Amino acid sequence: MTKAISVATKTRQIVKKHGGDKSAMIAVLQDIQEAFNYLPKEALKTASKAMKVPFSRVYEAATFYTAFSLKQRGKNIVKICVGTACHVRGAAALQDKFERTLGIKPGETTKDKNFTLETVNCVGACALGPVVVINTDYHGQVTMKKIDKIIDKINEGGA
Amino acid sequence: MVNLTVDGKNISVSEGTMLLEAIRGAGIAIPTLCAHEAVSRSGACRLCVVEIKKGNRTRIVTSCLYGAEEGLIVDTKSDRVLNVRRLVMELLLARCPESEVLQKLAKELCVESQARFAADTDKGKCILCRSCVRVCEEIVGVSAIGLFARGSQKTVGTPYNEKSDVCIGCGACVYVCPTGHIEMTSTGDKRKIWGRTFKMQTCTKCGKFFAPVDQLKFISKKTGVPLNELTVCTECR
Amino acid sequence: MKENSDVQAHQVMEELRLNYGPNKKFVTVCAGTGCRANGSLKVKEALEAEIKKQNMKVDVLATGCLGFCEKGPMLIIHPDKYFYQSVKVEDAPEIVSKTVAKGEVISRLFYRHPETQKTLFREEDLPFYKKQLRVVFGQNGMLDPTRLDDYLAIDGYQALAKVLSEMTPEGVINEVKKAGLRGRGGGGFHTAVKWEGVRKAHGEPKYVIANGDEGDPGAYMDRSLMEGNPHSIIEGMIIGAYAVGAHDGYIYVRNEYPLAVTHLTMAIAAAREAGLLGKNILGTKFSFDIKINKGAGAFVCGESSALFASIEGRAGEPRAKYVHAVEKGLYDKPTVLNNVETWANVPLIINKGADWYASIGTEGSKGTKIFSLVGKINNTGLVEVPMGTTLYEIIYDMGGGIPKGRKFKAVQTGGPSGGCIPESLLDIPVDFDKLYEVGSMMGSGGMIVMDDTSCMVDVARYFTSFLQEESCGKCVPCREGVRRMSDILKDICAGKGQEGDVELLEKIATGVADGSLCALGGSAPNPVLSTIKYFREEYDAHIKEHRCPAGVCKALITYSIDAEKCTGCGVCLKACPTQAISGEKKKAHTIDNNKCTRCGACIESCKFEAILVK
Repeated sequence: MTKAISVATKTRQIVKKHGGDKSAMIAVLQDIQEAFNYLPKEALKTASKAMKVPFSRVYEAATFYTAFSLKQRGKNIVKICVGTACHVRGAAALQDKFERTLGIKPGETTKDKNFTLETVNCVGACALGPVVVINTDYHGQVTMKKIDKIIDKINEGGA
Repeated sequence: MVNLTVDGKNISVSEGTMLLEAIRGAGIAIPTLCAHEAVSRSGACRLCVVEIKKGNRTRIVTSCLYGAEEGLIVDTKSDRVLNVRRLVMELLLARCPESEVLQKLAKELCVESQARFAADTDKGKCILCRSCVRVCEEIVGVSAIGLFARGSQKTVGTPYNEKSDVCIGCGACVYVCPTGHIEMTSTGDKRKIWGRTFKMQTCTKCGKFFAPVDQLKFISKKTGVPLNELTVCTECR
Repeated sequence: MKENSDVQAHQVMEELRLNYGPNKKFVTVCAGTGCRANGSLKVKEALEAEIKKQNMKVDVLATGCLGFCEKGPMLIIHPDKYFYQSVKVEDAPEIVSKTVAKGEVISRLFYRHPETQKTLFREEDLPFYKKQLRVVFGQNGMLDPTRLDDYLAIDGYQALAKVLSEMTPEGVINEVKKAGLRGRGGGGFHTAVKWEGVRKAHGEPKYVIANGDEGDPGAYMDRSLMEGNPHSIIEGMIIGAYAVGAHDGYIYVRNEYPLAVTHLTMAIAAAREAGLLGKNILGTKFSFDIKINKGAGAFVCGESSALFASIEGRAGEPRAKYVHAVEKGLYDKPTVLNNVETWANVPLIINKGADWYASIGTEGSKGTKIFSLVGKINNTGLVEVPMGTTLYEIIYDMGGGIPKGRKFKAVQTGGPSGGCIPESLLDIPVDFDKLYEVGSMMGSGGMIVMDDTSCMVDVARYFTSFLQEESCGKCVPCREGVRRMSDILKDICAGKGQEGDVELLEKIATGVADGSLCALGGSAPNPVLSTIKYFREEYDAHIKEHRCPAGVCKALITYSIDAEKCTGCGVCLKACPTQAISGEKKKAHTIDNNKCTRCGACIESCKFEAILVK
């Protein structure tokens, strides 16, 4: 129960920070995601009430933009760039490799909540392709071999 | 007044008239699925497209949203127009193979279903015309339903597919739905819609169930008319 | 019209400029996203530590992207302008004690001409840079984007001072019109026409927006401008706002560009502090301010009406644009929406004059354009060239051709709205109109080079699958039509193509292009149509012969091992995730095609190029 209260309180603070105007909806959702690593249902309901925007409109925005996640995400977020430049340099094979190694598909989170796999349509670091962004670190010229090393390193560091 | 030519016919309409009304006014049929008189227009279905010529430039526009202009030359049956209409019908037939409304319209427009498109099984009869969402927002004023996700994943419904606490069970969405996608069932004193069951009010005069209690409460709150004055059905009033 | 105080703008500016002095000896380190990923910030720290250790006083500037991302981290040592590439942290002590202190060169750090092997000392000697004309992008190397002073040192905000003190709004619009500036975001609409429209439009307030929602995959010039020279965009916007009579501006930045948001935020704050933004700019009566809006991941928000919806806080769905944004844009008010690169061109036009600007480029397309040269190309990076430069010059002279001696197949321009251009058309001069003529478009300037290992049917499948996800889903032709095209292309790539599929794709394509509500759907068929037009034989090979000539489509290829090249080292055997490879040590291995998933792990691991794809 305490968690529910804190989600609502935090959300109200975020709404207040943005002045409560409904034009700030996207920014509010971004901050909610930043705070909780995803968009909790209570947060969306609270934002809807605090900003006087129908819940259905909030949910429309939350489901329209790919940066938002309605599901809880893992500690580490792996974003595989699948932009054109990375695609022609073999991003699909890397995606397969991540799916195999982590045992999840894009949009899913590993059981131990350590990794969430996502794809992104170009991160604008095309010269480094194929690129994988893990949390905020850019990894360039990624190969299947490198992927094993990267995951091992995170697993070691996280354990 | 604005003067324009539609399929070679000179017509004049008052300023601000949309091409759709102008053309239909001239006795020329234009198919539509999403332009419902009760709600604002979105231009989503694209069936009402026409080809317009201004100077040397021709382009395809949706007649439901394009205002009549002086000197405009409109072609409602050009190859380009018919090609778009045929494609839209083929795409909708593949999306909603069960819809009788679409089948009937396709027959009228002489369009057959495209065998190469595998028929969808998960879309029901919904063509995403958005009339239901608009009526719920613009006329009813509760915005219980919305359009979620995007692209080919887009769906209509309540947030999280859960029972909406703002829905009043009025059924306006059912009324404006062009294909009969939205299910509303009434049994005795219960009405079921969008996964929620509403208790119906009996008319204090004739005893018939006539409206969900929640809807009457909503009207009472909005208009200030006491709830007990709203318990008579429209027929008995 | 002119206020007395306006004349003061120049004086205020001079005072600002006097507050700093450019350091004669300094080092610039490229700190664009590409070089950062390669460790350039660590190189910068190492240089600074070393300079301190050696008791010197030399500035090390972290600049924005220098363009030649292939060779990062790179640095330039002033005043000699020596260009060092692929620099490592370990190189720092030597660089400081030799080059910085004494002006001595370290020859291993220079770039060598790939053919003549000659050592090249300065940026301008490199083939990559030689034919470029970096009037917009070149400023990146001169400044630390987090410091307003640096921008002022290269005559930053001089154009604004000139506009506010000497020019009328109409005069500004005329200058931009005479320059012939066209929108860099894709459509190539004449900028001055937009501005004029908003200036004359009824309705207040008016808005000015910079579109930094660089959605075309493979294009990152806007990112590099926002990160590397944010003030140039801000200055352009202030000038534009003055011209159209707006007081509120927005910069809409893509969600994936956090560094751009940071630098723009800092730049806006610094400009405000200096009186360049906010109330009474440079002491004049003109007021204007800018807010930053972050996108949240939606390609369609590059479409103006969808972008407005997003700024207004809603899902980014476009609406039918029969009333132009010039009259009814953001909040239904007159709005100028220009791309980031377009805005960065504005100060240049004012400073150097419309005649100078119009002398660059082709008949219909003036000035320069920044392209991102990526994919299967030797010198990946950003190039800025005069409009009208040929594709051949860009790809071969600057790009250095295709790696590993492979054969060029196509260059994809214009992102998902563009097309694939074959080798036979490499001689066309690149401008808005020519690219359109050959079935592609300028878009925001992405050039993705593909070689004979890229399958053009797969590329078409890639783009339609991209677009069916990115379509907002509002109108039927785009939502359903692109999905059906995507399904058919998936079938073809999976070996399930049917006779007549190509003709059906063409038929759907024309309907989608004509029938869609916005430009996303309107141009969605281009990647499909252009690949059918120029690479029809690849479609036929997939459909009729169940063959993928480029060796990409997994369902249509098999792996095998070239017994002559295989040394039996066993590396592939270990790399294979499905245990499909077997063989004794030091003897040629074999692949069991029933177990092989064509994942490519063996190809990546084999040093002898012994894995064959057929």
